[in-house]
Amino acid sequence: MAQKQRLRRTMMFIPGNNPGMMRDAHIYGSDSLMFDLEDSVSMAEKDAARELVYQALKTIDYGSTEIVVRINPLDTPYGRADVEAMVAAGAHVLRMPKTETAKDITDCEAVIEEMEKKYGRPVGDTLMMAAIEGALGVINAYQIATSSKRLIGIALGAEDFCANMKCQRTLSGAELQLARQTIVLAARAAGIDALDTVYSDVNNEEQLRYEAQLVKDLGFDGKSVINPRQIAPVHEVFAPTAKAIEKARKVVAAIKEAEARGSGVISLNGKMVDKPVAIRAQRVIELAIISGIISPEEV
Amino acid sequence: MKNLIGHEIPEQVAEHLGLGIYGVNVDPRVEGKDTASSSEKEQKRSKVVGSIEEAVRLCGLKDGMTISFHHHFRNGDHVLNQVMETLARMGFKNLRVASSSLTDVHAPLVEHIKNGVVTHIESSGCRGKLADAISHGIMDEPVIFRSHGGRAATIADGKLHIDVAFLGAPVCDVYGNASGVCQDESVEGVAECGSLGYAKVDAQFADKTIILTNKIIKYPNAVQSIEGTWVNYVVVLDDIGDPAKISSGAARFTKNPRDLLIAEMAAKVIVNSGYFRNDFSLQTGSGGASLAVTRFLAQYMRDQHITARFALGGITGQIVKLHEEGLIGTIWDVQDFDVEAAASLRRNPSHHEIDGILYATPFNRGSVLNHLDVVVLSALEIDVNFNVNVLTGSDGVIRGAIGGHPDTAKGASLTVIVSPLIRGRIPCVRDRVDTICTDGRDCDVLVTDVGIAVNPSRPEIRERLSKVGLKIYDIHELKEMAEKVVGKPDPLEFTDKVVAVVTAPDGTIMDVIHEVVD
Repeated sequence: MAQKQRLRRTMMFIPGNNPGMMRDAHIYGSDSLMFDLEDSVSMAEKDAARELVYQALKTIDYGSTEIVVRINPLDTPYGRADVEAMVAAGAHVLRMPKTETAKDITDCEAVIEEMEKKYGRPVGDTLMMAAIEGALGVINAYQIATSSKRLIGIALGAEDFCANMKCQRTLSGAELQLARQTIVLAARAAGIDALDTVYSDVNNEEQLRYEAQLVKDLGFDGKSVINPRQIAPVHEVFAPTAKAIEKARKVVAAIKEAEARGSGVISLNGKMVDKPVAIRAQRVIELAIISGIISPEEV
Repeated sequence: MKNLIGHEIPEQVAEHLGLGIYGVNVDPRVEGKDTASSSEKEQKRSKVVGSIEEAVRLCGLKDGMTISFHHHFRNGDHVLNQVMETLARMGFKNLRVASSSLTDVHAPLVEHIKNGVVTHIESSGCRGKLADAISHGIMDEPVIFRSHGGRAATIADGKLHIDVAFLGAPVCDVYGNASGVCQDESVEGVAECGSLGYAKVDAQFADKTIILTNKIIKYPNAVQSIEGTWVNYVVVLDDIGDPAKISSGAARFTKNPRDLLIAEMAAKVIVNSGYFRNDFSLQTGSGGASLAVTRFLAQYMRDQHITARFALGGITGQIVKLHEEGLIGTIWDVQDFDVEAAASLRRNPSHHEIDGILYATPFNRGSVLNHLDVVVLSALEIDVNFNVNVLTGSDGVIRGAIGGHPDTAKGASLTVIVSPLIRGRIPCVRDRVDTICTDGRDCDVLVTDVGIAVNPSRPEIRERLSKVGLKIYDIHELKEMAEKVVGKPDPLEFTDKVVAVVTAPDGTIMDVIHEVVD
């Protein structure tokens, strides 16, 4: 079921023309799966890939994994057909590539609504996310992030962004710093998720962990991955530390105690707990449960 | 009667005891005292002969006899093909080739079968072009597939009589003391394959044994796998095998995420099975996922301060790492799956080479596998009664090896089978498997990439695993999950011709393999 608020530490890319990978991509435990109809599929295979992803979504039980499909832009010959097929197939989220303006989103939303009506899906059920992959998109990040109630998040696409910026990707990530910070700022302002780009060297786990830690520190909710082997390292980075969990437990206990007293004022060790502290603590506990560090009964 | 030295020996005493009289009843094998220096003796009493051809002639090999080989070089073996080419050239016909296993590299046997040089084959398995030809009925006589333990027992019982064993050995001295590793590290160019566990059995029981080596070292090669007294001749070849190719195919070091997922889950199963206690024992069979289980188990062992008493069977560098870390005590090594394991056999005093009999013969309480707690084994397919096929592929063609599968499945207290739920478009959990290699009653837990099933005969294991939150499926549910994605394959078509028989560890026929129809 499409769900606006949920954990999105990892979103694994699956080429839409690879049935072997699509068959059971969910078994590796990424929070979301993103079936790609865009860049990883050649022109000659666009229709076949769309049909394949449609059949996969109709046939395979992906359990509780969030199903995202990256469609082709509407100004290509494939975009509209992609939207139609994926709305009909029940995809949870449609990912718009190369988003530059809020209009890109609203145009697409109109087609989604049309298809929801055509296929009897409740209007608004299909969620969206926007990939920002160029300078203009970064500048318009906040307008994009607030352009539709369907949006669950905005993501950075670093390769296209660097091509557009005439720069190279570096190990430090300096070239992406402003884009990342702008995106996370816009996402937070809009109350949606911020999702980071892929790291493509699957054999370099150290750099993957570095990037994941970097974006976690900036405030991102998760990172895209391209191989199942990248899932566990990213989840580990996004898992809260023992110290953070301990602190959060105390805050959550204080909240419960305040609730029991029927008091709106939460206090811990004689100090008042602010609302943002309480929200952060609850998020840490949720992450700790999902990461398997603590069990729900322990809280 | 006076003996040679002039002392009187009562003849009735000699007769009563059945003993001869010294110097009177002379054994023709007795040689006079040789006063040459040891260096001179090494020259003149050497067992080294000039060529394979010469050794074969001296052994008296005849048409129709049984010759044997080992597969310790796995896909890097260069011995069997050289020997067979020589025998073909010498005009031999109607030979029985009894190898401990056969791999892709042995494709040239196809020509020898066509030419009548080889008419019978016994092996643990078969792959590639040779396997394909056998499955398509190239041989008149069915191939006999034997497990490693079954083969060792059959040889020891004399039911499989080996006339001449051709055994490649990376190191040998001139008297035939041969080994798979070289203790003297200053010796260069040794193609180490590690343990010669399977070959040891052949050498002990064959009528004649020929060692083929590319490295003669100075006598004595004291830490030998094959004792010089078992050996008749030694032949020096330029090349006996490529150790780099040992760790390929079924013995590969996997990075495949699916294999790793299965291995991680299998480790969880072992840890929570009730058998993961201090002093437990472990074996991981060939196959990417199976061998990778060690990598995940190691962390649990460190965290819970649990060490293993011994690891058994085919040994990998991963097992060696755990041994060197102090997590595994003894290594009982019948075969090495990579060069790291081979090097450890040379280096580590508690890393011991064992032969196929001590490893896995089914008729003896002393066989090490009877003391195994846990074995992890692969499967090509498994049926809803947990019967496992490791020999024939989804097309019915032979493409695997039994190895120690049925031996260890029966011997171990907990047998974990690992397999993806689906390979390509083929479901691996099925109503029935085409070829049964291991009795399902010996297989306790199935771990797939999608879920776990426990044999109903082991409710206590199911309960222990459920208790820690592992979701346990009925094996029929797994079968249905697979069929939901890829459907139910049409039954394969075979002719009535039996191209191979699969024997159980006790030597009886477990199943037969028919000729495929394309």
